Amino acid sequence: MKLRKVEEHVFLFLMRLSALLIGFALLAIIWSIFSKGLGSLNWQMISEVPKGGYYFGKEGGILNAIIGSLYLSLGATVLALVIGLPIALFINIHLSKRRRLVNVVRLILDILWGVPSIVYGAFGFTVMIFFGVKTSLMAGIIVITALILPIMIRSLDEVFKEVPMGLKEASYSLGSTKSETAYKVYVRQCVPGLVTAVLLSLGRGIGDAASVLFTSGYTDNIPTALDQPAATLPLAIFFQLGSPIPEVQNRAYAAAAVLTIIILVISILARIVGNKYQKNKIKA
Amino acid sequence: MENPKIKVQNLNLFIGKQQILKNVNVEIPEKKITIIIGPSGCGKTTLLKSLNRLTDIYEDINVQGNIFINNEDILNTKTDITILRKKMGLLSQRPYPLPMNIYDNIAYGLRISGRKQKKYLDKRVEHYLKQANLWDEVKDRLKSPASALSIGQQQRLCLARGLAVDPEIILADEPTSALDPISSQYIEEKFVQLKEHYTIIMVTHILRQARRIADYVVFMYLGEIIEQGTAEEFFNNPQQEKTKAYLKGLFN
Amino acid sequence: MKLSDLKISRQLRSKLHNKWMYLCFAVILILAPALLFGLYIKSAPLFEQNGFSEVIFSNEWKPLSGKFGFLSFILSSLWVTILALILSVPVCILTSIYLIYYAKGFVLKIMHPIIDILAGIPSVIYGVWGILMIVPMVSKDIAPFFGYETTGFSILSGAIVLAVMIIPFMLNILIEILRTVPEGLIESSLSLGASKWQTIKFVVVKKALPGIVSSIGLGLSRAFGETIAVLMVVGNVVQNPTNVFDAGYPLPALIANNYGEMMSIPMYDSALMLAALILFVIVLIFNILSRILIRRYEIKVA
Repeated sequence: MKLRKVEEHVFLFLMRLSALLIGFALLAIIWSIFSKGLGSLNWQMISEVPKGGYYFGKEGGILNAIIGSLYLSLGATVLALVIGLPIALFINIHLSKRRRLVNVVRLILDILWGVPSIVYGAFGFTVMIFFGVKTSLMAGIIVITALILPIMIRSLDEVFKEVPMGLKEASYSLGSTKSETAYKVYVRQCVPGLVTAVLLSLGRGIGDAASVLFTSGYTDNIPTALDQPAATLPLAIFFQLGSPIPEVQNRAYAAAAVLTIIILVISILARIVGNKYQKNKIKA
Repeated sequence: MENPKIKVQNLNLFIGKQQILKNVNVEIPEKKITIIIGPSGCGKTTLLKSLNRLTDIYEDINVQGNIFINNEDILNTKTDITILRKKMGLLSQRPYPLPMNIYDNIAYGLRISGRKQKKYLDKRVEHYLKQANLWDEVKDRLKSPASALSIGQQQRLCLARGLAVDPEIILADEPTSALDPISSQYIEEKFVQLKEHYTIIMVTHILRQARRIADYVVFMYLGEIIEQGTAEEFFNNPQQEKTKAYLKGLFN
Repeated sequence: MKLSDLKISRQLRSKLHNKWMYLCFAVILILAPALLFGLYIKSAPLFEQNGFSEVIFSNEWKPLSGKFGFLSFILSSLWVTILALILSVPVCILTSIYLIYYAKGFVLKIMHPIIDILAGIPSVIYGVWGILMIVPMVSKDIAPFFGYETTGFSILSGAIVLAVMIIPFMLNILIEILRTVPEGLIESSLSLGASKWQTIKFVVVKKALPGIVSSIGLGLSRAFGETIAVLMVVGNVVQNPTNVFDAGYPLPALIANNYGEMMSIPMYDSALMLAALILFVIVLIFNILSRILIRRYEIKVA
């Protein structure tokens, strides 16, 4: 009898320790990134491109990477939405009677979600070589789109799944077609969920390094056209951290701080919208 | 019956292997209130939904037979389903306002039929909101979201929305079951007024409600039509044993 | 006349949209087979030239003389992945049970955002953290404690970073799984006189076991393909690791570090695509098995 109690207490202690460890890990990550990166972060850092080459030049900042990352991730997110939204609607409206098929499609999407980004990157690179395409903003956008598409579709899908059948019936009873039901009713009903899905995809897109490593190249300049290479924050960190020059390393740490801040902001925004959505759902 | 608005012939409906409607034959008179009544689970809602083919959107449903509306068999027709559905307004158990403001909820049906002039829409929206006794309560906040209305107001909004597509038939599936007594009364009174222009079919399991407003009654039990006839005959002189038992309150 | 015109345009719009929708849908369905096929076509020449067993079971890696033995990369990947799982699985299981059955409201309120944020932090940031904190810790504290000497860029550092990365991922799945254990089952066990802990140990864990296994499978496939973070701390030395303080060179790192030269050395491109193919196939197998195992729970798995 006593032993049982002791066992429970030991495990409860271990459970608390585990949860604490996770919290501590996040603090440790944020602390080490910010304590190293915030010091190097100043106006010059975020308003200038590197001078004298990103790997050796001691002057300049990381504007090339910030802009490059924004171009890439925004472009890919928009593209993924344009492709993903119709698919998510298709699954929930046109295929709603064929649950078996829908389950298979969901399985495929879940599996695609699990494909490592380096596989997308490597595949994208061979396709580019095959067609003689150089590393560019466009190539990067396409590969990131492929990477975030499963995330986009499945998150949208989860949101559309929650739309009550009665609303669908109401829409059809008024004589709506399927696509009117999709875009005028479903999409409007799910705006907050849609925003969350977009933010989630954006966060994944902006932070991924392995896929753009092969496809978007790297440059000190800000790209002005889709066929030019583009720098990105993850690669700005990865490449510049490898430099032996402390000033260049500082640029990497600053880039890490900027990327972390962007991710935190996206995370918080998603949480706020998500909470609001929860409230609406209970009300509806 | 002379010139029934709707004629259901030999309708059988299966969900998977389970038979929900068994050889249903019903005639529904024009510009009257027809009440479909019966204990819960008897298939009355399913029958109602087959009338505007909402059964199309559910999985594994198999429908056989004929449903004639204005002498057109809607189960075997080439007419676009959206046009058929516009002839029928649906009022469901719970109100489902569209995710937009009050004005747009009413204007929605008109807009998807291509009527987009603002002046015309303004007039129609006001007209139908008045029809549903909602205008005075919402005229100052037409642009606020429909979900902010009370449940009773939402149900009247849904009625106005349904009327706005200019239907000939109103299908109502226990439209008062989620409402407070006052809102319920509104809806009932409205139906009595509306039958001058519309054919109304309402599903309910409340006997007293049926007694209050029915012109014609269809009694269902376990997927079958047990008895149908005018309200007077049905309530005062039922023919079937099951009907008698039901009227005495022996079923739930 | 005007009304019917509008109807046609409405139908046309609907048709065009449907075409686009079918096209998008087809793209998604083709994507995975295309990946598999493309990688296979590119890597097949290596098999044909060097033979399957030599490629997989030899550790002779001399690209310039056409020797491509993957063994040390495969072993490194296994070391890092399995060690990461050993570190993270107990933490995840304990934390998920804690959050579902013991934690009070405010703990949940704190832990949910923490898990969310951890899940959202990019791989490269984990890598920087690894370099700043884990690598020195391994080199100065952990390795000397066990009597080893290391730069800190080692299998262990990679595994620790990787463990923290996959914790939020596995934890979210576990939480969803535990939520599906019916309340009634727990109550009936409690009413038979079992303590809360006994109920968890004998009823909850047993009921959720397939889910727990599949969450580990999903964690494994996630860990196996992780690239940048591991690459930054694992040392990247081609050798068969003998202990956790040795440097390793996992498959994803191989691809990421060498793609620049892949067109300059004969067969090198085939070799790197083979590495990607191996990754893809292993991830695919574990993913499919785990997802099928998890299907019956009807939960969303992010």
